[in-house]
Amino acid sequence: MSDVFAALADETRRALLDRLFIKNGQNLSDLHNGMTMSRQAVAKHLHILESANLVSVHWQGREKLHYLNVVPLGDIVHRWIGKFEDARIEALSDFKQQIESAAGPSQNSGSEEKRRVGQ
Amino acid sequence: MSASKIAATQTRASTGEPCAPDFVYTIFIKANAETVWNGLIERQITKAYWGHYNESDWQPGSRWAHVRSDGSGEVDISGRIIEMDPPRKMVWSWARDSESDHATKLSRVTYELISLGPDTKLIVTHSELEPDSPMDAGVREGWPAVLSNLKSLLETGETLSEGEWPSAN
Repeated sequence: MSDVFAALADETRRALLDRLFIKNGQNLSDLHNGMTMSRQAVAKHLHILESANLVSVHWQGREKLHYLNVVPLGDIVHRWIGKFEDARIEALSDFKQQIESAAGPSQNSGSEEKRRVGQ
Repeated sequence: MSASKIAATQTRASTGEPCAPDFVYTIFIKANAETVWNGLIERQITKAYWGHYNESDWQPGSRWAHVRSDGSGEVDISGRIIEMDPPRKMVWSWARDSESDHATKLSRVTYELISLGPDTKLIVTHSELEPDSPMDAGVREGWPAVLSNLKSLLETGETLSEGEWPSAN
């Protein structure tokens, strides 16, 4: 579990997981695209994620594809969150998303609501 | 790179086009490969952690069914056994029972078990899902929970939750 936390402690690695969440099964070139660091640095971050089992690898022919593996995150959740708390936390998290998206610029009264939520 | 990796290109059964998996989940379980293998196919074990039990004679070509364990006998998922190589690899086709005759609705699940001394690395690959279908969304949430529960059952004899399982996974 400690290597999961170490892997998640880095902003770049969290960004790589975000990208896999949006589009699963990307190769190194896909994941390097748009990053400001070197290809080697991205490969190193991916290796750390793979060692922590947060990324699964699948070889499609000669191509190495990376997949988000959320299984170890479940172990963390189950350690500290009981089964009855799940629903309450989900409700709070939905509420947070709701008020945050209500504060977004797409809403008509956006600027007014932004002030209210302190942005 | 080894030849076995090059040979691993998956293709879509309905069209023969190359088709990368939609999801690849990996879990390490403190149990030997035979135990993990039985945990995926035995009725009494699957019933204990999956909200459903799996039923088949497990011969290549045979039908398998994912039956609700609430006693209703309702089959939510079914398919065919495509490949069986105990205790290393098995491949099943996978669809809602009502859609299992429609080639485009059939997805494919591959289980690979790798022995690591007394432990087993289990890799579950789900391919050929119809993009943005309810099945696509269902398995995205379903597999991590199922695998955590399998691990917990095999390692501790207890499941993590009584689980409210989605009716059509």
